[in-house]
Amino acid sequence: MKERNGISKVHLRNDVVMIILLLVLAGAGALYLFAFRGSGDTVNVTVDGELYGVYALSEPRVEEIRTGEDGSRLNRLVIRDGKAYVESASCPDGICAAHRPVFRRGESIVCLPHRVVITVVTEQRADSPDIVA
Amino acid sequence: MKNRSQTVAFLGLCTALALILAYVELLIQPLIPSIPGIKMGLPNIIIIFLLYRRGAASAAGVSLLRVLLVSMLFGNAMALIYSLAGGALSLLVMLLLRRLNWLSPVGVSVAGGVAHNVGQILTAMLLLETAELGYYLVVLTVTGIIAGVLVGLCGSLLVKHVPSKLRF
Repeated sequence: MKERNGISKVHLRNDVVMIILLLVLAGAGALYLFAFRGSGDTVNVTVDGELYGVYALSEPRVEEIRTGEDGSRLNRLVIRDGKAYVESASCPDGICAAHRPVFRRGESIVCLPHRVVITVVTEQRADSPDIVA
Repeated sequence: MKNRSQTVAFLGLCTALALILAYVELLIQPLIPSIPGIKMGLPNIIIIFLLYRRGAASAAGVSLLRVLLVSMLFGNAMALIYSLAGGALSLLVMLLLRRLNWLSPVGVSVAGGVAHNVGQILTAMLLLETAELGYYLVVLTVTGIIAGVLVGLCGSLLVKHVPSKLRF
């Protein structure tokens, strides 16, 4: 069959080749960005998806992130030497406290039991480009 | 071209259709949980159709009108800048690929969709002076391909099945 829905075989083949090329480019871009991502300057803390606090990596501090209805769930976030880590936590698994310090853009520490997510970002954020046309 | 008035009426109809598709896209946007900036690009169905059935000038004209009108109706000056950048690059790529005749309408649509994203992200990088958005481009390329295939399929169906007796 030469044509199907008005699309010839040659065209179809070229379409597929182009799409694969684009995907390879995107993959290479992702790898590049992942390998060379720089340091962030800020950590965002969200609890249950809602923003809890924003802290600069440049200022050493200890922040007690208290969550739960009575504030009994505790994650002690420490920022020191431009890195952020969870020093101790009252969660059962303690995975967040075992996590190595984060400082690269996009790195995060997650405490599943307390639904706390700590993410490294850069302060300068883009507002969403073109949501209309 | 048989009749000037027919041409004007037909292109007006196409512009209106593109506007409605842009509006429909706005309406369904909240239904799909997504990263801001991800769009189907439904109006591109009309552009693809015009590109294959009427030629470059009609496609470019309707595309430009669409971008201007949609930004005026639903957007703001910022949206217009992003849309123009995306729309122009997308149109250029599609015109070129149509001329070269390497790809099917689906392929042209995919290239156009990805080019639209590239144009917008490059503009955003220039305006916001940040290279951060490179991440965004990787995601948008993948979603752009998916959207481009769907839009391209719709477009090529129109190209094939709208009766050619409709002389416009």
